[in-house]
Amino acid sequence: MTIDNWSCPMPLRDQPMIVMGHGGGGQLSAELIEHLFVPAFGDNELAALADAAVLDPGGRISFSTDSFVVRPRFFPGSNIGELAVNGTVNDVAMRGAYPRYLSVGLILEEGLPLAELGVIVESMAAAAAHAGVRIVTGDTKVVDRGHGDGIYVNTTGIGILRDGADIRPQRAAPGDVVIVSGTMGDHGMAIMSVREGLEFETSIVSDTAALNHMINDVLDTGADVHVLRDPTRGGLAASLNEIAHAADVGVLLDERAVPVNRTVAAACEMLGMDPMYVANEGKVVAVVPAADANTVLDAMREHPEGAKATVVGEVTDTHRKMVAARTPLGATRVVDMQVGEQLPRIC
Amino acid sequence: MKYLDEFRDPDLALRLIDDIARIATKRHVLMEVCGGQTHSIIRNGIDRLLPEQIEMVHGPGCPVCVTPLETIDKALAIASREGVIFCSFGDMLRVPGSGSDLFSVKSAGGDVRIVYSPLDAVQIARDNPDREVVFFGIGFETTAPANAMAVYQAKQEGLTNFSMLVSHVLVPPAMRAILDSPTNRVEAFLAAGHVCSVMGYTEYDPIAEQYGTPIVVTGFEPLDLLQGIKLAVLQLEEGRGEVENAYERAVNRIGNLPAQEMVGDVFKTIDRNWRGIGMIPQSGWALADAYADFDAAERFTVTDIDTVESPLCHAGEVLRGTLKPDECPAFGKECTPRTPLGATMVSAEGACAAYYLYGRFKELEATP
Repeated sequence: MTIDNWSCPMPLRDQPMIVMGHGGGGQLSAELIEHLFVPAFGDNELAALADAAVLDPGGRISFSTDSFVVRPRFFPGSNIGELAVNGTVNDVAMRGAYPRYLSVGLILEEGLPLAELGVIVESMAAAAAHAGVRIVTGDTKVVDRGHGDGIYVNTTGIGILRDGADIRPQRAAPGDVVIVSGTMGDHGMAIMSVREGLEFETSIVSDTAALNHMINDVLDTGADVHVLRDPTRGGLAASLNEIAHAADVGVLLDERAVPVNRTVAAACEMLGMDPMYVANEGKVVAVVPAADANTVLDAMREHPEGAKATVVGEVTDTHRKMVAARTPLGATRVVDMQVGEQLPRIC
Repeated sequence: MKYLDEFRDPDLALRLIDDIARIATKRHVLMEVCGGQTHSIIRNGIDRLLPEQIEMVHGPGCPVCVTPLETIDKALAIASREGVIFCSFGDMLRVPGSGSDLFSVKSAGGDVRIVYSPLDAVQIARDNPDREVVFFGIGFETTAPANAMAVYQAKQEGLTNFSMLVSHVLVPPAMRAILDSPTNRVEAFLAAGHVCSVMGYTEYDPIAEQYGTPIVVTGFEPLDLLQGIKLAVLQLEEGRGEVENAYERAVNRIGNLPAQEMVGDVFKTIDRNWRGIGMIPQSGWALADAYADFDAAERFTVTDIDTVESPLCHAGEVLRGTLKPDECPAFGKECTPRTPLGATMVSAEGACAAYYLYGRFKELEATP
C-alpha cells in the first residue's frame, strides 16, 4: 500500500488534508472514525463507539504504553503506524504475555495529507492482525499546523500473562547466557539514512516486527527464560546495562559474536557510530540459563524474525552493574550507556 | 566491510604484537596524532595488548577538542540569533563553551542542524534564501577540502546568505610544538592517515630530519595501527628518524593535488590559538582575502563574550601528551561525558571520552 494508490473512502474525499475539524468532535471527526478507523481496525468493541471498551482478559495482565514521534513518518521498510503497533505488542510480550488489546491515540497536525493517514492506519490494522491483537479503543486530536510533526501515535497494550511467567530484568543470574534474535542496528540506521541533512544511499530497511509469536514458541519449549528485553532506543548496550543494574550482575559480551548486517556496519563506520548503541524495533535480547540456550535458539530460528538468533555473551558475578565486551583482539572494554544520542562524527 | 575486516584479523594482530615485543629492547613513548586512532586503540584494547615497554600517548588530533573556546562561544552567539540556521558536524554539538553548548542553544530555540557535509549546508542556504546559513568549518587538513569547496561553490553561485565560521588547524606545526615543549616525552609519531591522504607526507620530512624523530603514516584499523607502531619501534631501535608510510592503500607521497589546490585557493595560513595548548605560529587556516565576504566571524559582530575555561580541566596536558586522561583529578568525578569540563570528554575522538567509554576496565576489574 502506497500513498499514491491509497483509495480514499468516498465520504472523506472532500478533504484531502487533515483540518482542525477532524479533531473537533463534529461531523468531520465522526466521518473520519466511521469511514477510516472503524473499517480499517474492524473491531466490534471499537465499532460500538462507546466512551470506553469493556474487556474480559480473564487473568493477570501485562500492560504497557509507548509514544511514537519518529521522523520521517515513512522510512525504509515501514512507517510510524506499523512501528507503533509492533512496538507496544513487543513490550507487552517481553513479560511473557499474550498481547490481546491495543488502544491507539493519534495526534495529527493540520495539513497532514489524508492519504498518508490512510496508509498509516491501514498498516496499523495489518500489523495488529498479524500480531493477533485487537484495536479496541482510540482517540484523535488535531493540532495547529506547525505544532506537530504530521502525526504522533500513542499505543497502549494489554496482554494476558502466561501461567507462571516471571520474566523481568532482576532475574538475570551469573551463568546465564545472553541471546539476541538477530542483527543489531537495522532500524536506527534505516532512519538515519533518510534523516534530513544526513541522507545516504543504502539498502538498509527497518527491522520492525511483532515478536509475540516467536516469544510464545520460545516459552512453549519450557525453557526457564529469565529476562526478555526489547533493545529499542540505546540499542543492545542500553538494554544490557539496564539488566546489569537491575540484577546486580555483570555482562560480558563477545564483540565478534554480535550480528550486524554488513550494510549497517558500513553505514555505522561512515558515521562513526557503534551498532551496539543503535535502535532495533524487531529484536529481542533474552537472558536464559546456559543449559536452555540451544532450546531457545532453535525455537527462535524457526521464525524469520529469529533466523539469525545467536549467543552474544554471558552473565557474570564479576564487574557487577557493568557491561564489558571482549574485543576481537582479545582485550576487554567497557560498554557504557550513551549519555545522549549518538552523533555523526566530523571525519 | 570486506576491506575493513581484513584489517581487523585477530591472528595477524597478535602476530604483530609479538613482533613488536621482540623488537623493543627498551622503553619507548609513541604518540598517535589523530583522535580517530586514539579511539581505535582504546576501543580495540590495543594499548593493553602492547608489551609493557611501549607507551602510547594520545595526540592533539581531535578537531573539536582544539577548537578555541572563544570560537565556540562565538558559534553559540551566532547560532542563538534570530534568522540564522547554524549547521555543524554532529560531535561539535555537545562541546562545552563557557557555560553552554550548541545543544542547549537548540533547546532554547536556536535553529541548529547536524549535517554530514558542508555541501549540505550550502544546499540549506539555497533552500532558505531568506535565512542566514552558517556552517561551523572546523577540523584538520582532512575536512578542509570539503569546507573549501562549500565556500567556493557559494561564491560561484553568488550565494550571499551562506557563510562559514572557520577554525581549521594543521598537524605539522602541532607536532613541532609538541617536540619543542620542555616536558616532551614523545619519541616517535604515528601520523594521521586521513590527513596524509589529502596532504601527502612530504611536509613531515623536515620535522623528522630536524628532530631525528620517526614519523610513520598510519591508518585506523587494528592492523594498520600495529603496523605503524612496529615500524616506529623498529626505527627507534635502529636509531633512525625517518618518514615512513604504513598506510599505502590510502596515502601516497604527494597526496591529493586537486584538494590541495582548492584548499590553497580558499584558505590562507595564519597563527592559531589551540584550545588547551595555546597559540601555535602558522598552525591554522582562515578564509583567504578573496573569500572574506563568506567569513561568519566578520559577518556577525559578536561582542560581550566572556570566555572562561574550567579551572579543573587538564585537557591541554592531555592533548600535549603529558597527562593520561585517567590521571586527571577530575576524570570520572567532576568530569564525565554527561558533565564534560573540556571538549576531550565529549568528542568521539577525544582521549578523555575514549578512556571513559572504553578504557575503564582497570577500575572494572577491581570492582567486586
